[in-house]
Amino acid sequence: MTVSIKEETRKEMTPTPKHALEGAESTRPERLFTPGVDIFETDKAITVLADMPGVRKDGLSIDVRENTLTLTGAVTPAEGKNERVLLREYETGSFYRQFRLSNAIDQSKIDATLSNGTLRLTLPKAEASRPRKIEVKAR
Amino acid sequence: MLTRRFPSTPAWSSPFRELDELRREMDRVFGPLSEATGFGTAGVFPAINVSETDDALFVKTELPGMKSDDLDVTFENGTLTLSGERELSEESEDVSYHRRERQWGSFRRSFSIPHRIEADGVRARYLDGILTVELPKAAEARPKQITIQAGA
Repeated sequence: MTVSIKEETRKEMTPTPKHALEGAESTRPERLFTPGVDIFETDKAITVLADMPGVRKDGLSIDVRENTLTLTGAVTPAEGKNERVLLREYETGSFYRQFRLSNAIDQSKIDATLSNGTLRLTLPKAEASRPRKIEVKAR
Repeated sequence: MLTRRFPSTPAWSSPFRELDELRREMDRVFGPLSEATGFGTAGVFPAINVSETDDALFVKTELPGMKSDDLDVTFENGTLTLSGERELSEESEDVSYHRRERQWGSFRRSFSIPHRIEADGVRARYLDGILTVELPKAAEARPKQITIQAGA
């Protein structure tokens, strides 16, 4: 079966399933999902953007220790008490993802903003690990 | 890291059964392809969850990181349409990306709502990245308790 991929000038969003986390288990019986992230870095900082719909500030936990970043987002069940489910195309559940950081991070200057389910996390690199230009002197 | 979603199996014949069966048919057709390309379900974006109470129908979808202005919800002649465009924030020039997983782009999806809806009362709420559309059922569509009178 051949699949042709059409290129359109206006990019259309295609469905990608929520990635269920394999291997990790929470103590409560619930599904855990991996939030999609964009990660980029500049000379000064590493920025992580994570999509975690349904997570509010009090359900979010950001942990940085020993070069490991752990994101946990708790999601309250979507349905109210009297709601009957008619169609379920996506699952809901809490989010969890862990990253190994290559640089040392200045933990006192971490900045986190949660807006409409998207977390923007700025991790400034510690002074010692910022790239320094080494002057090469000619003899 | 691919997981099949649980197919929803309503115990009663729900009006949304056709939508669900269509999705499952497409899963069957695209199943083998999905293993190869990594696309889980041949569905449309965005995925919705539909639930109801006695008084209203709720359509929910996850659309994180959008601005309310970029979302459009219309209800016309019994058809609900969700559309919008997601733009990712502009970053400065000299960044180097490690990962780029978040989706962006435009989407549009329509569904016909099988119940009679009070069109004036349709409300949409966007909170924490979840869009919830509440469609109040028209008075005649709500279940009514009929009292049984004793006697002739």
